[in-house]
Amino acid sequence: MSDSWISVCDESVLIPDTGICAKVGNEHVAIFKVAGSGELFAISNVCPFGKASVLSRGLIGETNGALYVASPLLKQRFRLNDGVCLDDDEVTIATYPVRVTEGQVEVAA
Amino acid sequence: MSKQKIVVVGNGMVGHKFIDTLVNDTKGDQYEITTFSEEPRLAYDRVQLSAYFSGSTAEDLAMTTPQYYDERGVRYLLNDKVTGIDKAAKTITTEKGDVESYDKLILATGSYPFVPPIPGNDQPHCLVYRTIEDLEAMTASAKQSRIGVVVGGGLLGLEAANALKNLGLEVHVVEFAPRLMAVQLDEAGGNLLRSKIEALGVQVHTGKATQNIVDGQDNRYRMEFADGTHLETDMILFSAGIRPQDELARQFDLDIGERGGIVINNECQTSDPDIYAIGECALWNNRIFGLVAPGYSMAKVAVSHLTGGDDTFEGADMSTKLKLLGVEVGSIGDAHGNTQGSLSYVYSNGAEQIYKRLIVSADNKKLLGAVMVGDTSDYGTLLPIMLTGMDLPSNPETLILPVSDGEAGGMGVDALPDEAQICSCLDVTKGDLIESIHAGNQTVADLKSCTGAGTGCGGCAAMVGQVLNAELEKMGVEVNNNICAHFDYSRQELFDIVRTKKYTSFQQLLSDHGQGHGCEICKPAVASMLATQWNEYVLKDEHLPLQDTNDVFLGNMQKDGTYSIVPRMAAGEVTPEGLIVIGEIARDYNLYTKLTGGQRIDLFGAQLHELPPIWKRLVDAGFETGHAYGKSLRTVKSCVGSTWCRYGMLDSVSMAILLEMRYKGMRTPHKVKMAVSGCTRECAEAQSKDVGVIATDKGWNLYLCGNGGMRPRHADLFATDLDDETLIKYIDRFYMFYCHTADRLQRTSVWMENLEGGLDYLKDVIINDKLGICDNLEEDMSRVIDTYECEWKKTIESPERLKRFAHFINSDAPDENLAYVEERGQRRPASEAEKRGFPGGEQAIPAIELVD
Repeated sequence: MSDSWISVCDESVLIPDTGICAKVGNEHVAIFKVAGSGELFAISNVCPFGKASVLSRGLIGETNGALYVASPLLKQRFRLNDGVCLDDDEVTIATYPVRVTEGQVEVAA
Repeated sequence: MSKQKIVVVGNGMVGHKFIDTLVNDTKGDQYEITTFSEEPRLAYDRVQLSAYFSGSTAEDLAMTTPQYYDERGVRYLLNDKVTGIDKAAKTITTEKGDVESYDKLILATGSYPFVPPIPGNDQPHCLVYRTIEDLEAMTASAKQSRIGVVVGGGLLGLEAANALKNLGLEVHVVEFAPRLMAVQLDEAGGNLLRSKIEALGVQVHTGKATQNIVDGQDNRYRMEFADGTHLETDMILFSAGIRPQDELARQFDLDIGERGGIVINNECQTSDPDIYAIGECALWNNRIFGLVAPGYSMAKVAVSHLTGGDDTFEGADMSTKLKLLGVEVGSIGDAHGNTQGSLSYVYSNGAEQIYKRLIVSADNKKLLGAVMVGDTSDYGTLLPIMLTGMDLPSNPETLILPVSDGEAGGMGVDALPDEAQICSCLDVTKGDLIESIHAGNQTVADLKSCTGAGTGCGGCAAMVGQVLNAELEKMGVEVNNNICAHFDYSRQELFDIVRTKKYTSFQQLLSDHGQGHGCEICKPAVASMLATQWNEYVLKDEHLPLQDTNDVFLGNMQKDGTYSIVPRMAAGEVTPEGLIVIGEIARDYNLYTKLTGGQRIDLFGAQLHELPPIWKRLVDAGFETGHAYGKSLRTVKSCVGSTWCRYGMLDSVSMAILLEMRYKGMRTPHKVKMAVSGCTRECAEAQSKDVGVIATDKGWNLYLCGNGGMRPRHADLFATDLDDETLIKYIDRFYMFYCHTADRLQRTSVWMENLEGGLDYLKDVIINDKLGICDNLEEDMSRVIDTYECEWKKTIESPERLKRFAHFINSDAPDENLAYVEERGQRRPASEAEKRGFPGGEQAIPAIELVD
C-alpha cells in the first residue's frame, strides 16, 4: 500500500484533538491529531449507526488508555487505532495508514 | 355457581375505588358489578378540580374510562339516579324506571355542597363548587362578572377563591366564623393566613352572617349581613361545607345519624347487613370523613368484608398539608389544643410571615397536634411522630425552630421508625424508601420515580434526601459524584477550582487536577464552565477540541450531518423586512423551514460550506446567532402584552426582549428557557420554563425551575409583585447560582429538587443572601453580559476559522451521500430505502456556490 500514499493537507491545518475529513479516492477519511503526542490516526468518516459522514466532527476521548472518537450523532465510541466500536463489539470501521511527510499529511487508501 | 350481583350507587372517587379494588381482587371474577351515576361521566378526580382552571380537561381528571370498565365486565349507567330501594326484594329502581336486583348494595353517594338557607340564594349567578358541570357554570358566569364572592373560608372555600382568582375576578371570601379554616387552624394561624391571602389581593370578611341576597346597585347582587353592612358582587359561590348525600337511606329506613349520614359499623355495613355505605355519605362513630383517603380505606374494608377478609375501618387521621392560594398550610391532630392539660410551643416569625405551633401532652412527652402557616417543611417530621406515638426529644421546640447552618435540626431521620410516613401524598414510609435504596435506587431522582415519594406536593423531598444519605452511609456506600474517570471531582467542585484558581484552559486544569486525556463527558462540561466564567470565544484553538459539534459549527447537527440554523428573534418579535431576508435565504439554499416552539424560525439542511455565506447574509440583515446549538439560554417567549392586548397588565414583549438580550450567549449546565406573560391568562406558558415571569397589577411574579420536555414540571412561584430591578437581580443570582452548583446536563428543575431544602433554601440564598454570595453572583453575571459578542459575526470575520467549514479539507466537492425527497413543497432527508432507489450517487439538490 505504501506506493499509494495520497497527500491531503498541510499538517498545520490540524488542530490538536480535533478531526478533519479528507476525500481519498471515493472514501471519506477522518483524520485526527492527538494533543500532546501529536500522533495521527485515520479512520472511516462514516458513522455506521447514523449512516452519515460525520465522525471527523466527533469529540476525542480516552478510556483506560485507549483513544476513541465519539460519534456526534448518537455518541457511539470508535477506537482510533483499530476502528473497533467500544459500545458494540460486533461493529468495526475501516482504518487507514496515515503519516506526515515534509509537513504534508498523507493517507494510504 | 352463579355470580353475586353487586350494585354500586354513585360513581365518584370512592365508588370507583370500590369497583377497582373488587375487580382486581383474586376473587373478583365471582362478582357481577353494576354502577349507577347521576352525573354524565364516570369517576374523576374531585380533589384536583381546581386544575380544571389551569388547563386540565375532563379527560385529564378522569380516573377511569368506559373501556376499562368494559374490559372488566363492569356495567355502568350514567345520567341515571337511583331513587328507590326494596330491601325485602333486594332490588333498586332508578329515575328512568329501571329495576335492578342485587345481592349486595353499595351506597357511595358522596355528599352535596351545603348552601345556607339565605333568601335569594337560588338566583342564576349563585353557584356551588363540586362537579365539572359546576365548574362550567362558574366559567360561564365569570365571563359576565367582575366581582366574585365565596361564601365559606374553609379549605374548599379558599380553593374556590383561587379558582375565581384564576378566572380573573376580584375575589372576596365571606366567612361566618371569626377566622379562616376554623377547623384546622388556631387563632394566630388563621390570622396569619388571612393577612397572607389579603396580600395576594383576595379580600377576607370574617364574622359575617349573610341574611339576604338582593339586587345590587353597582353590581348584580348585594349581600346584606347581620351586622348591617353589605357587599356588592356579580356572582356568589357557596362553599360552606358538605352534607352527606343520605336521601336514599332516609327514605328507605336505614339508620341515619342525628345530623345526617348513613350509620355504618367497622365493616362499613349499614343497619341492613346486605347494604354497605362508604365515603362521605357514611357516618362512622358519629363522624363524617370529608377527605378522600378515609373514603378509600372504607372502600377497601367493604371489599375485604365482601370477599371474606377481616379488614376493619378504624377511623382516619385528618391531618392535612396543602397550598392554598400559594400559601402553605399544615394541620396535624389536635390543632386547637383541646386535649386536657396539653401544652403549647409557638414559633412566630413576623418578617418572613411564618407561624408554627406544637401541641404536646401534659407530661411533655407526646406530640398531640401542630399548626403551620407559611412554612410546612416540618410537617413530614411531625406527622409520623404524632401517628406512631414516639417520644419527643427533651426540648420539643427544636422541632419547629429554624435550623442554623451545620447544626442538626430537631430529630434526625435516623430517630424515625421504619413505619413512619415520609411522603403523605403517596403514602410512602421510611421503610419503603430503605427497601428501594437497597434495590439500587441511590439518587433522590431514582427514589422519587421508583417510590413516588416527593412527587405529590414535594414537601418531603428534603427528608427523602436525608433518608437516602443516612442509609447510604449505613450501607458503607461512598457517594461518588465525580464527573468522569478523568477528574475526581463533581461538576460543582470543578467549577470552584476553575473560579478560585482562575483556570482558563482545559489542558491546564487536566494536568493540575485530573488524569488521562479527557473524554466527551468532561471536555464539554469544562468548556461550559470556562465559558460561564470567562466567556471567551468558543472557537479559540484551545477551546475548539472541547466542544460538541454543534458548538464547533454553531449550528444543530441533523441526522444526515447537515445543520439547522436559528437566528435570534428576541421575544419572537420580527420585522417584515427580517422575515423577507430569512425567506429569501431559505429559498436560495432550499432550506426546510419550520417554526420552533420558542417563537423563532429554524432552517434545516445547510451543509458545512453553506453556513458562512448564509450567516453573512443574516448578520448583514441585523440578525445574531440564536444559540439554539448551545447549552445556553435559548429563547424568551412572550405574549403580546399590554401594548396590544385588551387584558395585558404590563408590557411583556419589552420585558422579554430585555431579558433575552441580557442573558443571550450565557453558557449554562443545560439549556435554559424563559417566558414572560402579560397577565394571569399566561399565554406565554411561563410556568413551563426554567424562568417564568407573569405580570400582575402590582408588578412581576417570578416562577422558577419549570420545564417541558421528557419530564414536565410546573415552575414554583418564587417571588411576587417585583419591580423590574428586583426581578432582574433575582434572575441574575438564580442563573449564576445554578451555573456554579448544578451537575452537568442537569436542568434547573432536577437541580432544585436535589437541593437540600429545595425551594425554601433557594429563596434563602437568592432573596435573603443566606450564603453571603449574592454580590459575587451578580458580579459574575455582569461579566458574562459585558463580554457578549455574536459568535457568528466574529466567525465570518475570520478567514482562518472559515477553513473548517467544508466537508472535505482537500476538495470542494460536497458530501455525495446526501439525498432528499420532496414532501409538502419542501425537502427532507431521504430514508435508507429511498436512497437505494436513487440512481447511483446522483445528487438530489444542486450544489450552491460559496459567496465571499
